[in-house]
Amino acid sequence: MSTDSNTKYVGKAPNRVDGPLKVTGTAKYAAEFDVPDLAYGYVVSSPVAKGRIRKIHADKVLGLPGVLHVFSHENVPGLAWFDRSYKDDVAPGGSPFRPLHDDEIKFNMQPVALVVADTFELARYAASILEVEYEVEKHETDIESKRDEGYEPGRGKTGYMPPQRREDADKGLEQSAHRIRHEYIHGAQHHNPMEMFGATVHYHPDGKLTIYDKTQGVYNCQQYITKIFGLSKDEARVVNLFMGGGFGSGLRPQYELFLSVLAALELKRSVRVTLTRQQMFSFGHRPHTLQTLELGTGPDGALLGLKHYALHETSRFEDYTENVVNWSGMLYKCPNVRLSYGISPLDVYTPLDMRAPGAATGSFALEVAMDEMAYEAGLDPLEFRRRNYAEEDQNKKAPFSSKKLREAYDEGARRFGWDKRPMAPRATREGNLLVGWGVAGGVWDASMQKAAAKATITADGRLTVASAAGENGTGTYTIMAQIAAETLGLPLEAVTVRLGDTTLPEAPLQGGSWTAASVGTAVKNTCEALGEKLLKLAQKMDDSPLKDAKPEDVEFVNGLIRLRKEPQQSVVLRDVLQVSGEREIEVDSSAMPNPVNMQKYSMHSHNVVFAEVKVDEELGTVHVTRVVNVVAAGRILNQKTARSQVLGSVVWGISMALMEETVMDHRYGRYMNHNYAEYHVPTNADVRGIEVYFVEEEDPHVNPLGVKGIGEVGLLGVAAAITNAVYHATGKRVRSLPIYLDKLL
Amino acid sequence: MSIVSTSSAADDQLRPPVPPGSVTLRINGQEHTLRLAPWTSLLDALREYVGLTGTKKGCDHGQCGACTVLVDGKRINSCLTLAVLQEGADITTIEGLGTPEHLHPLQQAFIDHDAFQCGYCTPGQICSAQGLINEGKAHTEDEIRELMSGNICRCGAYVGILNAVKEVAEKELKMASCTCYGSHGHSSNS
Amino acid sequence: MNPFTLTRAASAEAAVRDFSSHDSPAYIGGGTNILDLMKENVAHPTHLIGLNKLPLNAIETTADGGLRLGATATNADTAWHPEVKQRYPLLNQAILAGASPQLRNMATNAGNLMQRTRCYYFYDTATPCNKREPGSGCAAIGGYNRIHAILGASEHCIATHPSDMCVALAALEAVVHVQGKDGARQIKFEDFHRLPDDQPERDNTLQPGELIVALELPKQGFAKHFSYLKLRDRQSYAFALVSVAVGLELEGATIKDARLALGGVAHKPWRDKKAEQLLIGQPATEATFKQVAEAVLKDAKGQGTNDFKIELARRAIVRALKQAAAGEQQASDVFTNSNP
Repeated sequence: MSTDSNTKYVGKAPNRVDGPLKVTGTAKYAAEFDVPDLAYGYVVSSPVAKGRIRKIHADKVLGLPGVLHVFSHENVPGLAWFDRSYKDDVAPGGSPFRPLHDDEIKFNMQPVALVVADTFELARYAASILEVEYEVEKHETDIESKRDEGYEPGRGKTGYMPPQRREDADKGLEQSAHRIRHEYIHGAQHHNPMEMFGATVHYHPDGKLTIYDKTQGVYNCQQYITKIFGLSKDEARVVNLFMGGGFGSGLRPQYELFLSVLAALELKRSVRVTLTRQQMFSFGHRPHTLQTLELGTGPDGALLGLKHYALHETSRFEDYTENVVNWSGMLYKCPNVRLSYGISPLDVYTPLDMRAPGAATGSFALEVAMDEMAYEAGLDPLEFRRRNYAEEDQNKKAPFSSKKLREAYDEGARRFGWDKRPMAPRATREGNLLVGWGVAGGVWDASMQKAAAKATITADGRLTVASAAGENGTGTYTIMAQIAAETLGLPLEAVTVRLGDTTLPEAPLQGGSWTAASVGTAVKNTCEALGEKLLKLAQKMDDSPLKDAKPEDVEFVNGLIRLRKEPQQSVVLRDVLQVSGEREIEVDSSAMPNPVNMQKYSMHSHNVVFAEVKVDEELGTVHVTRVVNVVAAGRILNQKTARSQVLGSVVWGISMALMEETVMDHRYGRYMNHNYAEYHVPTNADVRGIEVYFVEEEDPHVNPLGVKGIGEVGLLGVAAAITNAVYHATGKRVRSLPIYLDKLL
Repeated sequence: MSIVSTSSAADDQLRPPVPPGSVTLRINGQEHTLRLAPWTSLLDALREYVGLTGTKKGCDHGQCGACTVLVDGKRINSCLTLAVLQEGADITTIEGLGTPEHLHPLQQAFIDHDAFQCGYCTPGQICSAQGLINEGKAHTEDEIRELMSGNICRCGAYVGILNAVKEVAEKELKMASCTCYGSHGHSSNS
Repeated sequence: MNPFTLTRAASAEAAVRDFSSHDSPAYIGGGTNILDLMKENVAHPTHLIGLNKLPLNAIETTADGGLRLGATATNADTAWHPEVKQRYPLLNQAILAGASPQLRNMATNAGNLMQRTRCYYFYDTATPCNKREPGSGCAAIGGYNRIHAILGASEHCIATHPSDMCVALAALEAVVHVQGKDGARQIKFEDFHRLPDDQPERDNTLQPGELIVALELPKQGFAKHFSYLKLRDRQSYAFALVSVAVGLELEGATIKDARLALGGVAHKPWRDKKAEQLLIGQPATEATFKQVAEAVLKDAKGQGTNDFKIELARRAIVRALKQAAAGEQQASDVFTNSNP
């Protein structure tokens, strides 16, 4: 492309195109759509973890003027019978939970009834006085009591990779000059996006539904609802224009969707159901995970053996799996590896993917163990990592499509000043504070899914691109507008992006860091196809300078179609449309991952994190004062939004390291800190001094855009780097998160 | 096996709803007369009765700050006050600060510094920042951080929020950045 | 939240009268705690008496040189009042260490005293709690009790009082002025909140319907040597695990007068007068402080998850006393003791 382009946007840092809507409160989230004659549903949650509902005494509540109905298993009409109807796109193996299906209580805070009333306040009150009788049975909720009962899941969910082994880990460890073996633990964590789950179901006069739901996948919700309620796709349109944070919580349909659709269909009225913050702790979570890591090196610090075992809970009804240990077989070079993994069912709800599922957990353990191993071997922790650099993916026995982790090490070490780090712990003191520096990193899949898009250009030169992908803060509207504008040489302002609607071409769930690659490629392909159509029209114009040009001979720049070799030979795009007499031109296209490249290469993003902490030794308080996070994730589409994702990941890492834990009282099988005051996530005062850098990483194999996605990778290594820095500051090795102050007293 | 009978309210005596009365609220300079019972929070009144959904419900318990509005120029959590108690007050919501076509300086600064991701906490952050500027108590980066800590951002956009608030506060308070906003620790690169 | 009627009182007397003429009434000031509790179905008043129109928000100097804080003055206005900042910086810092700017703009001084515990079990109607439902049992005992009491607890309740402001008020020997249906009376701060004993449902010694009209601070404000140290699970917007309020009067290196109160450790702000006596006349040294810390925690008892608070409190007392003696902390517009 010529250098005189004003319409080159990819890789730059334009502001978010949806920024003005978000900062003015104009962006509409699921529970905010204004529909006429709305009724409100309020969920009643079980106070017990296991048992049966003996009776629901709804009469009294139904006597309140304005209360419309109390939905429960006692009166839910016949719905789909088979489990498969309740399975969503990412349901793990097993039988999905069916809200209000029968009298069985499977987990604490299970929804047992939905009270619907004319106002929110009345529904809330009626729900609070609804009397429910339960037969309580003995529950089990503590994974610690299941240490020896984990089994390797035979029916993992999509994307589950069974743990691998290569050569002889025990022999490798036996031959090692230095060895370590420790257990690493973190408790349950809940996604807790700012927006609580909610749905507004618009019941149209013809009985069709428009469902505004909080979800990371409108198509996933549509197929779930249509299968259960026997609706056609035309009868259940699902919309999500903006999502107030997901982090995985919206990958599966949550029960507000089922309940609001049920109520709307039965009452033939529009219904809104919003969960409370407390109820946000009643479904999926990152599971409480116990991990054992064993490492051994030769005298030179080369890894000779590695064993990594992880165990976490699942529900009684589904086998939730995540890839916890797999990363340990590929982040470093090691000849002898045994990875193993177990799950154990408890009386809890099925865990659910939460930002960098598996990897956030596994890389925490691996990267703290690597730090421990470095000290055992007497090596600087970064030097130790360099010595064990993986030049190829040993799990897959394939080369990386690209991997600039070494460059990331260099960049990060230089920015952070790592060379000034004394090796010994407790070497730096500032008054009451001990200062420590730590390093860690991680690896995440660069995935791509099938995605479709539609592009429409109108006679006024405005382009609309559309796909049912989602926007949950990642910047989807913005990067799609950038790709579309650049592909067709239009100003960014001339592009409108439409997302999150099942009337638009299908896109994959918004997760896994694959949206940029999948939907971005679909948008690019679609705009290129539209460009070819436009070229053909341009060639029909009188005296067209493009008459004999092939698509590869022209470029779309600055509102023109012009010859690459003779840029002065051009046609104004808008003239093409006007002369053609077409009011609009529309093109559909899609994108698929390249199976050959997928076979041939290991496609991954990497990062490295350097952290500084200051620890008040007497009081145990830890302050994260500086973090440098360097990410190698292929091409960066938007420097601004990408950086924000990584900044946010660092905040998540600080949270994971120091604050976040949902604590269950096993006597009740109930999470007790189920609110935003006692489930701590960082405040503004907890965050300072974060630096984010992207290393240049060209990747011709991963996908046509060369992007790897950055929603998850930035989180990896943060908690471990902080844990390692705490050790460097204090000499105390904490192996269970979060590092509450009492663990350092 | 034991049997428990529960309603989450300890006192499950049936009480008929209190009928709604007429309540007049002055929101963004405009009077709205609503039919409300006393049990409607200011937040629910704004969102469900007036249709101003820019004010967000993030927890409904004063634990997140997403519902922050300005009442007589002071920032408060609209989820923890009753609409009827705010009769006679001047209520400013995010919709009263600016529109997509005419952005308030804080709104523009939030966009420029990418001080949000999902956008759900953003109206509350911006109203809170206006309250902070009205108070005039924050003079350093650390003070802005502390006095913006009543607004949780789960996306973790705090670096951008700090920089956006700082930029506008500096202008509004006519403070020289070199003396008043000394950097504690390292600011992030942009 | 159950239905309720609401009136807005024009005077303290009218409020008290209104209270006595209803079945299940409650006062509402800023609303930040009572509405929270009503939404959680923990509190069920059927009549609310709005106090925000009462002429009780003045902050003014008293005849004997103290300061009178109106009951309905907000926490923010109180913390930032010039007299408070100048003469009672301990109170200024304690208030600003609590809650968030938004909540401090709403919450009133009286409401701060009346706020209820943050015990997880008290707040969750699915679990037993003697404070919420007398006789149902205490689930926090033997449960998750990270934020619970180590001093003065009973077999019926191990909840803590969550206020920061009240810890400073205890140290400053505030007096609570109340209005009841039989007239006005004054309650010494140390007598205002109570220990749980066998009546954990009672947080304080107010008679039903009694209304707080003002808090009075005596002249001595310990403006030179004070400290409010707050330790919590994040830097801001979190309740204290342990907090310490200290006021010292020094003569050279000798302690002439001393006040010491702890937050987050008991059912009430925990002022220890015996410990104060151990400080008076002694040199302001770490050795003295350690001795005092030992004395304060002599009878402390952990409940499992909160065992660490005994050692944490010990160390926090020493640190706060050191800071106060050194005159390190200043009144401020923000609370900053935790920033490195």
